[in-house]
Amino acid sequence: MKYEVTIGLETHVELDTASKIFCACGGHSSPKEPNDCVCPACSGMPGMLPVMNKRVVEKAVTAGLMLNCEINRYATFDKKNYYYPDLPCAYQITQLFHPICVNGKVEVTTKDGVSMIGIKQIHMEEDAGKLVHDEWTDTSLVDFNRTSVPLIEIVTHPDFHSAEEVLSYLEMLKSMFRFGKISECEEGAMRCDVNISVRPEGQTELGVRTEIKNMSSFTSIERAIKYETARHIDALERQTEVLVQETRRWDDTKGRTFAMRNKETEADYRYFPDPNLMPIVIDDAWLDEIKSAMPKKPEVKAAEYAEMGISEKEIEVLTGERNLCDLLDGVVALGASVKDAVAWILTECAGVLRKNGQVLSDLQITPEKLAKIIAMVADGKINRGAGKKVLTAVIEKDVDPEEFARENSLDANTDESAVAAVVDKVLAADPKSVEDYKNGKTKVFQALFGACMRELRGTADPMVIKKLLEEKLK
Amino acid sequence: MRDYITEASGNIAVDDMILVKDMQATAGSHMLEGFVPLFSAEAVERLENKGYSIAGKANVGEFGLDLVGEFSYYGAAAEGENLCGGSAKLVKDGSVKAALGVDLNGAPRRSAALSGVAFMKPTYGTVSRYGVIPCACSGEQIGVYAPNMKAMQEVLSVIAGHDAKDGTSLMHETYDYDTDLEISGVKVAIIKEMLEAASEDSRAKVLAYAENLKKKGVVVEEVSFELARAAQSAWQILMAAETCNNLSRYDGVKFGYRTPNYENIDELYVGSRTEGFNLLTKQTILYGSDVLSKNRYKVCYDKSLKVRRVVADAMKAMLSSYDAVLTPVCSEMQYTAYDISDAFKNVFKESFFTAIPNLIGIPALSVGGVQLMGNHFDESLLMSLAKSVEGMGA
Repeated sequence: MKYEVTIGLETHVELDTASKIFCACGGHSSPKEPNDCVCPACSGMPGMLPVMNKRVVEKAVTAGLMLNCEINRYATFDKKNYYYPDLPCAYQITQLFHPICVNGKVEVTTKDGVSMIGIKQIHMEEDAGKLVHDEWTDTSLVDFNRTSVPLIEIVTHPDFHSAEEVLSYLEMLKSMFRFGKISECEEGAMRCDVNISVRPEGQTELGVRTEIKNMSSFTSIERAIKYETARHIDALERQTEVLVQETRRWDDTKGRTFAMRNKETEADYRYFPDPNLMPIVIDDAWLDEIKSAMPKKPEVKAAEYAEMGISEKEIEVLTGERNLCDLLDGVVALGASVKDAVAWILTECAGVLRKNGQVLSDLQITPEKLAKIIAMVADGKINRGAGKKVLTAVIEKDVDPEEFARENSLDANTDESAVAAVVDKVLAADPKSVEDYKNGKTKVFQALFGACMRELRGTADPMVIKKLLEEKLK
Repeated sequence: MRDYITEASGNIAVDDMILVKDMQATAGSHMLEGFVPLFSAEAVERLENKGYSIAGKANVGEFGLDLVGEFSYYGAAAEGENLCGGSAKLVKDGSVKAALGVDLNGAPRRSAALSGVAFMKPTYGTVSRYGVIPCACSGEQIGVYAPNMKAMQEVLSVIAGHDAKDGTSLMHETYDYDTDLEISGVKVAIIKEMLEAASEDSRAKVLAYAENLKKKGVVVEEVSFELARAAQSAWQILMAAETCNNLSRYDGVKFGYRTPNYENIDELYVGSRTEGFNLLTKQTILYGSDVLSKNRYKVCYDKSLKVRRVVADAMKAMLSSYDAVLTPVCSEMQYTAYDISDAFKNVFKESFFTAIPNLIGIPALSVGGVQLMGNHFDESLLMSLAKSVEGMGA
């Protein structure tokens, strides 16, 4: 018999905001040591009140727009009650009754084709802290750095029918959110709950649903879905066990799911509206502001680049990183040719990063500085080799390109007479080679050229040297 | 037993529900014994910035949930014939000029009434709740205990005004309170149901107060407000639910009391909370937990939110025909000691007189043993009415 698997996803994404959702503590990228970013508010001390971080609303709305959602113009926060040592107030502020975005949809492509995934809702909430279990002393330590870091949770309809679709959706979310500057989605910043059921093909009723909670690695998610699907089919086909609706935990080492204790799953969260946070009202002006600050979608950007004559392969790399697109657009706007700009970013910048064991997503350079380097080379102020040296220094030490070139005598010797003097000097010092050249041994030209370059320490335009050498050897 | 102020070295006392930097803050509970806050409440800061000095903390009943401060872990809030909240007594003695209290279920208004001073619970959102040990956030307010309306107006003017640290704080930067509004011709309604529910001595207070007002040209009429019972129940539900939620942070993990007897996290939670809270607090938590539970949310909590709206509309209608409302503030003018096992019931009974202003955010002034309520932002009218009959006796 054939079976159909049905999957719905709840994906938590930590937002990249400078501060936490309800207090001024640094956001998720700030902390270095445990409990670095903690204040009376996010450690649950009495007397502090939550104050809404506007950026969180803007990022959630941006995510909603990217996933084709309706934006609720009136959104509220609710309190969810449960006890856990990493939750200092013993309640989490989240959205149950009026979430910020609803009714979205998004296309997901796999090798089997395109399917449409419905987005039920996106809501904002605060993250909990972390418990660190020290097995040596058999104690648990609490780290509140992550407490109140803003999250959005994206809830889909049960529209997935394979692990491949789920992974393709997650990859897409990841690149979309990185592109939209919503989240860098690095390790652990994206966590999934997977709801899964299996039914014989043709059956209208869905099978028994189980939920696998809190997975952050895509490989684990794929393995867990495949394991759970097989477990359900076994149960249906060979009555190996009776399936019950329950919450399960994925054990990556053992490669299987385990039922969680009922106590952990059958809680009554006693939700109610948070009286300390006024409803969020999004008027047209605010919505327009958010829309206009939104980056173009990768596919729109890709079409633009194709029109500019950039190759498909290059487009793929560029549109994979919002920063690269911003850099390219900025450099071109400052006057660089598209061809130069693309080459400097994808070849030269990538080269410098590679030497340092980094990749393009680590690139930190302003469009102004890169455009300056490109212009200096294009105008012959420095040669390409010197340009690379300047670029390296800019990327590694963020120096000023012109100053660096001047201080390190990298400026091209555009003064032909000065270059000519050096060429004369080299020729005068090596009459034998000059003689050989004149007798048809043109191979010596390279040695003479090299000697001039050395003498000028690479500061002169090679084309000028070549031209002068040829003239003087005639 | 902790030290509460006995001899005042400053001119303002602060109920122990409000944080003052570096002063132990207990909310009258064993649970918070030894808790010293890192910052002061906004209201306290404003007073200090204006040159007032904080004399110290005054004892309160545990989390402000009892009648008049009788169930503090640190001993009854005040001694004497009329047991009453620590702040009220300090103001009555003249030990301090005025005091700050948190009104979440009427305790400061009752304490003031029984000890012969005044307490104003101002309009919700006028005084920042930043630095209030939270219980019932949607209706609790910092208010002022004062011996007379002049001091009341003075202190209230300092503490009221917008504070960005409180998301529910109203946008007005300052409030100009006036205690000398023309009150001749002002119309005041006495809520009949409340008058009938009060005992003889309390009723007599209200009627005598009405007579004094009439002498000043105020028109006083008895009017029915049938929603008073619904308001009492709705506030009981909302207050308990929010208190249950806010007190859940006291779990023995981070600060405050931790039971010495535990083997695992569940025992730590259960032990700390069982030993750290008194019976009234525990009953309030259980009641609040129940009304929020999945099966009861619609019929209890959600219904109460709707009742809040209906009561607000009805009170608005009443206050369009009348300028203010006069009621008893306690059922009896004499406090009688009782066992804590009766506290939940007794507090609910007394909240019949005090719940409406907490529920819908209107100002309420406990003065001369009675209560005056008014429209949002009508503190000046309430103070002017009270001032006009100051010293007339009942």
